[in-house]
Amino acid sequence: MTQPAPSEPVLRVSNLVVDFPSEAGTVNAVRGVSYEVAPGEVFGVVGESGSGKSVSALAVLGLLPKQARVSGSVQYRGRELLGLGDAEMSEIRGLEIAMVFQDPLSALTPVYTVGQQIVEAVRIHNDVSRDDAEAKATELLDLVGIPNPGERARSFPHEFSGGMRQRVMIAMAIANNPDVIIADEPTTALDVTIQAQVLEVLERAQEATGAAIVMITHDLGVIAGFADRVMVMYAGKPVETGSVDDVFYRPRMPYTLGLLGSLPRADATAREPLTPVEGNPPSLVGLPAGCPFAPRCPLKIDVCEVTEPPLLPTDDPWHASACHRTAYVAENDLKPTDVFAAPIPPPVVDEAMREGRPVVLQVTDLVRTFPLTRGLIFRRQVGEVAAVDGISFDIREGETLGLVGESGCGKTTTINEILALAKPTSGAISVLGRDTATLSTRERHDLRRHISVVFQDPMASLDPKLPVSDILSEGLSTYGVDKSERSRRVRELLQLVGLSPTHASRYPHEFSGGQRQRVGIARALALQPKLVVLDEPVSALDVSIRAGVINLLEQLRATLRLSYLFVAHDLSVVRHSADRVAVMYLGRIVELGAVAPVFAQPAHPYTQALLSAIPLPDPRRERARKRIILQGDLPSTKEERVGCRFRARCPTFAALDETRRQACIEVDPSLTPHGPDHVAACHYPHEANVF
Amino acid sequence: MPAEIQPTASLAIETAAAAELASEDISRGRLVLRRFLRKKVALCGLVVLVLLAAFALIGPYLTKWDYQSTDYNSFLEGPSRDHWFGTTQIGQDVYAQTLRGLQKSLVIGLLAAFVSTGLAAVVGATAGYFGGWADRVLMWFVDLLLVLPAFLIIAILSPSFRGKTWLLFVLLLAAFSWMITARVVRGLALSLKEREFVQAARFMGVKPRKIIFRHLLPNMSSLLIIDATLNVGGAILAETGLSYFGFGVQPPDVSLGTLIADGTRSAITFPWLFLFSGGALIITVLAVSVIGDGMRDALDPNSASTNKS
Repeated sequence: MTQPAPSEPVLRVSNLVVDFPSEAGTVNAVRGVSYEVAPGEVFGVVGESGSGKSVSALAVLGLLPKQARVSGSVQYRGRELLGLGDAEMSEIRGLEIAMVFQDPLSALTPVYTVGQQIVEAVRIHNDVSRDDAEAKATELLDLVGIPNPGERARSFPHEFSGGMRQRVMIAMAIANNPDVIIADEPTTALDVTIQAQVLEVLERAQEATGAAIVMITHDLGVIAGFADRVMVMYAGKPVETGSVDDVFYRPRMPYTLGLLGSLPRADATAREPLTPVEGNPPSLVGLPAGCPFAPRCPLKIDVCEVTEPPLLPTDDPWHASACHRTAYVAENDLKPTDVFAAPIPPPVVDEAMREGRPVVLQVTDLVRTFPLTRGLIFRRQVGEVAAVDGISFDIREGETLGLVGESGCGKTTTINEILALAKPTSGAISVLGRDTATLSTRERHDLRRHISVVFQDPMASLDPKLPVSDILSEGLSTYGVDKSERSRRVRELLQLVGLSPTHASRYPHEFSGGQRQRVGIARALALQPKLVVLDEPVSALDVSIRAGVINLLEQLRATLRLSYLFVAHDLSVVRHSADRVAVMYLGRIVELGAVAPVFAQPAHPYTQALLSAIPLPDPRRERARKRIILQGDLPSTKEERVGCRFRARCPTFAALDETRRQACIEVDPSLTPHGPDHVAACHYPHEANVF
Repeated sequence: MPAEIQPTASLAIETAAAAELASEDISRGRLVLRRFLRKKVALCGLVVLVLLAAFALIGPYLTKWDYQSTDYNSFLEGPSRDHWFGTTQIGQDVYAQTLRGLQKSLVIGLLAAFVSTGLAAVVGATAGYFGGWADRVLMWFVDLLLVLPAFLIIAILSPSFRGKTWLLFVLLLAAFSWMITARVVRGLALSLKEREFVQAARFMGVKPRKIIFRHLLPNMSSLLIIDATLNVGGAILAETGLSYFGFGVQPPDVSLGTLIADGTRSAITFPWLFLFSGGALIITVLAVSVIGDGMRDALDPNSASTNKS
């Protein structure tokens, strides 16, 4: 079994408690966290929002606001850090313990060049000359993989992409060879291929400095591949700790089981229903006695509601779990599906019958360009960018098409064009057989009720000033449904999405994230549409909530015969929910087909890289996988395009000889078939399984 | 509606509780009112304002003196049993004058503020929501009004409405005080129209007019309420200034403005000339602003002090 931390931990946190006073009462943000980190070890902390994972990390560095009450003990190489003054802590921060934050844009000062900021980080703790510090900065930027480091050091943060900024943050964190790097959701704001790059850089940085890393994340996939040991947190307390293998393969706490069961897997072969954890995480104000997970736990027994279980070793001494039922779970070696009730799988739409079903949405050679203007007073057009550059796909009744790609690839423009029901720059969109270019205003208005949208952020997509009943009946009143019918329909819709009709008079802010998204779904269904556009419908939700919403969407699709256009950057969710998938890159579809062949034998190198970058919540497979790391970022859409637009980052292109490269440089590849329902746009496709 | 929609099986719903409450969908107005009534200070402000208004309307009937009549037996005397607030240099009853002035100022202030904020909201939100040509034309107009010297124009125009209804004066006051707010409202509308709930309404086919009045304006209600409140004070002050120079409320009619203007010169020696009208002004503006605060808390479900409804 994996060894625990050796005798001399570099960081030891014991019984850390953090309280915040608030108007509603004391918030018990962290309620007793203890862990040790050995030199060179990667320690993962997983939890949902509000579980206290970030607060506990900030408490270690003494970065919490003044009103926070911190108790317990934090020892760095035997030296107590809690209670040190800010000046003394500054000696330790950066030099001994460094931090990498989630949002690299707000963590860098916009008015200084990144070089100056790294130089500052170096010179604060070391008595070196400015020239030496600059040389060191260039060296650091080179280490984290920034091209032309000498030149780029003179750039400002806004001139860097998100992934590049995060590399700069890592460079600053390792500038003084710290012994511990605390990384708080370092890749959450990044695209999946960039996430793979940054994780690789972090790994390289660790090798260069030999530092221990405390990795805080909500993404179990990232932990599985990156961490040695892991701690799962819930409601301010660790509920399970152990080696990654123990926690992922032999989870003993029902919450961990629930998290693992609610994760869609990109490497799945068949569509298995996810096991959602019902309910919501508890409020951290005035937490009742007993296990905080008890209200959501199917294994709950009487004692769970009376006493909170301590974190005790399970059948394995290095694997601890805070649960009264640990022995029972261990004895039967329960799996997520044994504990949490999986919903009845919705009837599967017959795949073979696809050709026979009516087409709901047909997009043909859609192009959308935006003018590039220059000049403040006399604005003149200097060119145009094609955000979407000739894409074609169709969606038939009862099926889900997943549209995936990194940010900036044109997904959002595509759905905006479809939802606007207007004439596109060129090409055609037809909804239910009606070409949008030829519609009169009246016809367009009538067509709108057949197509609706669910947005990503459930808070932003619901008008905070309207009660739920008004939100849901807005579309109905637009189409002239009378008052009593509206109020009947509102109750019906709320039941349909699993909310209580009594919620009709509440305002959006009184709901939890998952419930709000259900309200958003109910609104989309109000007019009984044929096609629902789902714009990242679950990416703003916590993992345990996500599964419930995904299951709901599937159930609704089956019972109401809906078609979905599912836009997502999370390919695991698409693998789970979609029937067909379209992969977009720089305004083009590079690969399109049924999910099974596209995920199992992707033909386009970009699809392969995208799939290979997804971390799997499976430590053993994750360790054995070979990642295809793409070089660089998504290039600007403004660049002149001849030939294949992926070639600058393409690993296949890089391996080709001069003569064969000519095709990629000169000819824009078109979609060519690779199977019954599988096309890809590549001159030199080779199918490969990347999982 | 077809009856094909069934409640989802996997999710338990308390149907009993649902049936019980289903009959009453509490409307937004009722919720806002309930929240407002919970605010004690705002309620006090409202009570004070209502009392002031009632006082201004009913008060004149409680004394035998009219705001125009003069008592030749009493010049410049302090408050007494006969003249409750004292008398002026020419023997006019300060009590009657103050009430008359309060009446006039309240009506002018409230109306001007209401018209100005309403105009600002509609013009700003329309410009922001539609953008393009509508935006450009409306903003040109706003800029034009901003560079015109409002005081001079009202002063020049005032002889032509002498003897006509004072409502013209209200409109004139409002017409020159809405532009800055309209610009702020336009900015808010520009950012609000990109919000997803506005997009959702648009994609649902909701008409622009409805989007503006249902989604844009309520979401800037805090701003509009605060603006209207400030405008009440502002309008009363503008009216004071104009009246002081003889361009506003015309004698023999009085307003708090003319009374304060008359009283300031002798504020220390004959305090009753100034104190009552000044006090009435302060109480009025204070009450209105407290009401404004309460309204904002009631309209804004995200404000900290709101309880679960």
